[in-house]
Parts: sequence; C-alpha cells; structure tokens
Amino acid sequence: MDVLYFAWVRERIGLPRETVETSAATVAELVEELRAREERYAAAFADISALRVAINQELTDFDASLDGAREVAFFPPMTGG
Amino acid sequence: MRVDVREAVFDPGAELTAFSAGRTDMGAVVTFTGVVRDTGDNQLQVMEIEHYPGMTESALTDIARTAVERWSLGDVLIIHRHGRLVPGEVIMMVATASRHRKDAFEAAEFLMDYLKSRAPFWKREITAAGTSWVEARDDDEAALDRWRG
Repeated sequence: MDVLYFAWVRERIGLPRETVETSAATVAELVEELRAREERYAAAFADISALRVAINQELTDFDASLDGAREVAFFPPMTGG
Repeated sequence: MRVDVREAVFDPGAELTAFSAGRTDMGAVVTFTGVVRDTGDNQLQVMEIEHYPGMTESALTDIARTAVERWSLGDVLIIHRHGRLVPGEVIMMVATASRHRKDAFEAAEFLMDYLKSRAPFWKREITAAGTSWVEARDDDEAALDRWRG
C-alpha cells in the first residue's frame, strides 16, 4: 500500500510517500512496524495522540482495519481556514 | 455547490458577484473571507499551506454536502488556496445562499468550523526568527461540539 506523510510528519520521516509491504491488520499495527524501522520513524510516531490518520483519503482511527486500504496517510491535526 | 482548491489568487468580490448572480429566489447571501494575518510580534513573512490533493477536495465536498442536508440552502461555495501566501492575501472564502438569513449565517459558521479541523490543510509560518507549523487549537476542536447531537 502507499503510505503518505504530511506537514511535520513528512519532515521528520524525510519523505512524502512510500510503498510499504505489510501484513499489519490495523493502523496501530502498521505504526508499530514503522516505529521499529528507524529512529526517524520512531520520532515521527512517538506520540500518536498528536497524529491523525486517513485510509483511502477518509479520516479514521488508529484501531481501524487496513482491509481494503490502498492509501494510508499520517499527519498532524489539520489547520485549515 | 462548488468546491475550488487552488494555488492561484482569486477575487472574493468577483466570486461573490458570480455566486449571487441570477438567484432571485435567495434573500440572503453570507460570505466569510479568511486573510493571512501578521501577528505583529513575529513579523510573518510567508504562510505556506500544504494540503492533501484528492482528500482535500473530497473532505470539503463532504462538508458542503452536510451543510446542504442540514440547512435550507440554495447554494454553497468553498474556495481554499494552498502554496505560499503573504500577509494580507486572501486564503479562502465560503459563501452560502438561502431564502432567509438564519440558514445562511449558521451554515457559513458550520462550514468554517469544520473546514478548520476536518479539511487536510496544514499551515506553516515563515518569520524572520524561523519556520514553524501552526498548531491546531483546542478551541477549533471544541467548536465542533456545537454542531453535534
């Protein structure tokens, strides 16, 4: 699946998107896998209460299933308007 | 209903004129225009607005559609820019049209409250002192409570 990062999450990880092969069943499991990769991922995902997640461009929760997920995006709380 | 996510400058006056044109059935048009504000103490040079292409359009369309279902509206317009903006530039506008003013006012507030914390935009301020991401405010999240239940 494609994993996208925005704002300071993108800056901490150092890239805007990547393709990830995963057997994670939920967003939380995917986060655990990413955290274990490298320090920059651990730093980006240190506090998931400071993050939001979207699956297939719809906001969801960290306990959401990745069933049918083609695109998962991580970003800080939004600041539009 | 129109949602326009764009980098280019737009003219809110011209947009309002076009939005209102020919709608003799609508007695009330409310608009809100958001402008890049220099807080004064930090001397904002540039505001950069990042967004999530694709999701931005669908999130704004969902918010507009929810407003149309909830209030009696003749039309809804949302325009939001991204990219590099300087103080004084227009960031975004919403417009609502209804037969009477109450629906237009309430729907415009609803649109603003939701697009502040549910549309995937992130602001970054560039000042003489450095660069920082604008943090979401608890107030913005609390504002949504008004529209629930």
